[in-house]
Amino acid sequence: MATTKDTSVGGKGFLDNLGKIYTYYTGGFFGFVLFLALLEQMGVPNRIIGYGFVFLTIAVYAAIGILSRTQEVGEYYVAGRSVPAFYNGMATGADWMSGASFVGMAGTLFLLGYDGLAFVLGWTGGYVLVAILIAPFLRKFGAYTVPDFFSERYGGNFARFLAVIVLLACSFTYVTAQIFATGIIASRFLDMDFTVAVYVGLIGILLCSMLGGMKAVTWTQVAQYIVLIVAYLIPVVILSAKKYGLPLPQLTYGQAIQDITNLENQMAAKGLIASAKDAAGNAVAAKPHIKPFTTYDPLNYFALILCLMVGTASLPHILMRYFTTPSVREARSSVAWSLFFIFLLYFTAPAYAAFAKLEVYSLIAKGTQLADMPAWMYTYGKLGLVKVCGVDVMTAQEVMAACGKIANHPGVLRMQDLNINPDVIVLSTPEIAGMPYVIAGLVAAGGLAAALSTADGLLLAIANALSHDIYYKMVNPNASTSTRLVIARILLVIVAVLAAYTASTKPADILSMVAWAFSLAAAGIFPALVMGVWWKRANTAGAIAGMILGFGVCVYYLVGTRYFAVSFHELWGWLGTASKAQLDQFATLKQAWIAAPEAGKAAAWAALDKHAQTIASWWGVRNISAALFGLPIGFLAIWIVSLLTPAPSQAVMDMVDATRRPRGETIIKDKGAVAH
Amino acid sequence: MAQDNGERHWARTSGLMWTMFVLWLIFSFGVHFFVDSLNTIKLLGFPLGFYMAAQGSLIAFVVMLFIFAHRQDVIDREEGQAED
Repeated sequence: MATTKDTSVGGKGFLDNLGKIYTYYTGGFFGFVLFLALLEQMGVPNRIIGYGFVFLTIAVYAAIGILSRTQEVGEYYVAGRSVPAFYNGMATGADWMSGASFVGMAGTLFLLGYDGLAFVLGWTGGYVLVAILIAPFLRKFGAYTVPDFFSERYGGNFARFLAVIVLLACSFTYVTAQIFATGIIASRFLDMDFTVAVYVGLIGILLCSMLGGMKAVTWTQVAQYIVLIVAYLIPVVILSAKKYGLPLPQLTYGQAIQDITNLENQMAAKGLIASAKDAAGNAVAAKPHIKPFTTYDPLNYFALILCLMVGTASLPHILMRYFTTPSVREARSSVAWSLFFIFLLYFTAPAYAAFAKLEVYSLIAKGTQLADMPAWMYTYGKLGLVKVCGVDVMTAQEVMAACGKIANHPGVLRMQDLNINPDVIVLSTPEIAGMPYVIAGLVAAGGLAAALSTADGLLLAIANALSHDIYYKMVNPNASTSTRLVIARILLVIVAVLAAYTASTKPADILSMVAWAFSLAAAGIFPALVMGVWWKRANTAGAIAGMILGFGVCVYYLVGTRYFAVSFHELWGWLGTASKAQLDQFATLKQAWIAAPEAGKAAAWAALDKHAQTIASWWGVRNISAALFGLPIGFLAIWIVSLLTPAPSQAVMDMVDATRRPRGETIIKDKGAVAH
Repeated sequence: MAQDNGERHWARTSGLMWTMFVLWLIFSFGVHFFVDSLNTIKLLGFPLGFYMAAQGSLIAFVVMLFIFAHRQDVIDREEGQAED
């Protein structure tokens, strides 16, 4: 059997030559970029270059996916546990960095300055927790899915079922957002219809994942990582080399940061940026780029970091990547490689933000007339991504008319009138730096790679939980291997189509819920997972109480502050941090709603609800950090309930001991898996 | 080859975990409590407090993980718990 699949993707011949194969692949990709650059010089239209990028890269991913097809359960679920640490690190990097990270991260840093770094810290530091608390032990356990661990450690399908619920809650909105991102990127770059683009993305995702499961997703994710990191680094490296003579943007943007601070002061003095008075009475920028806690207060800044980090360490699509390494030892070094590959993008994002900010500030500080706005503002204004004085930048006349309505407007471009969508920063860098279109196409291919790879991982996490945990473990434990694989694929297609359909309706609510995934995963999964390994005394009752309470409190806080803000505030106002003025406004709006005639009820309620959303909280914690409450409650519940109920059996204690030692066989035996 | 010693292996494993955990706390939260004071120091043009959040802590995380993987491997071998 081994000989027939020797040279196939994921086979022995393939695994022995990984370095060579992916070096050729990277070389081929560079060659392809140069070829398209040459075509551009020869006058081939941009549209064709854009299509070339998107379709060729998707075709390559699909080819890898098809070549990795498998009929073995162990390969389908955990890539035959044969992925070396280094490559699993790359695959995890692609799995982790979403379309939004790729396209939006730098823009968030542009808008928030220092406070945006909470995301940079939160989305990297969590890997320390993954490595020291979780991944090696899950690998030793030998699970196929994260809920597998819950079932085995906490004896029974109820704990498994709860884990599946949490997994679905945090993964489905997330995968929908990824498919939405593929649609946005394809429609923006290729002028493709959004809905068509979503289904093209769906096909790309299914071709990568359906036939080969985890094995196929792994090897396409490695390929996608290479494309996305090359695409992210090249524009900003060129920009840095042009401006500062050194192709290391991560070092040179220190200079940009200094220039930004100087420009901020100049702009504040001229009234070209929202400003405040300093102690000496001079005008200074209200939100300087490097000044901490201008958007988040320290409590929310640190709470966000904590929730993002713990969420990272609990998201099933990330944890399951560490099931695929050949050993516990490699699982550990694989986490280190993962973080290294993720780090390459995240420590570059602030450089993008700084260069873009310097560009925009220079433009404003020199007093640019509204009639002289640069071309890139029109390019993205037409897409609705750049607004000045509240209108999309389509023509100078429209903008001037809108600004004319603002009292005392000086007629020049001002920062406080400018509204830039975060996505513009990465998308426009090639154009701002005057690079050829081929670089913009490369960025589009990178964004697609980031969105597709994350979607693949999430989709597999969801479909595997349904096929392995629900169908095989709970509904039909006697299913044959072939039945299991058929069911797995059917569920994968159903979930994918459902997610694509949801994405195609552009659901604003679902997309804004993506940020919740981290808190939901953190509160629902982390306490029971960590206690399961690190505290032998944790028992079934404790784990179930911890998961229900931790997750429940988190959901209550998220939904309560977002969808039932008025009643949440009325019930919990005494725990909130609203000022007297805010409370008075709430009372006024409430009276207005009560007094409103039937026809005006809805509008009055909307105003009341909108205001309530800004003040409904416990201690002023924003709802994105809901796990700040769910986590401690989850841990406490496990601890207290476990101590109040009988200790786990000796067999379970022994199992925990075995989990802690790398030596020896996995706890769950791979039935029907290949020997390796 | 050290002999099989499960309890000492776990004690050392826990020790390493707690060391890393404290370092994680410091680089995730501790240094950033002092961002304002650190910002008065300049490094390559960066205010140090900003630099730590944008790069310094990230570099620390990466380095920590490679050291952790190596140290835990040494512990596994010395206590006879390494995989074959």
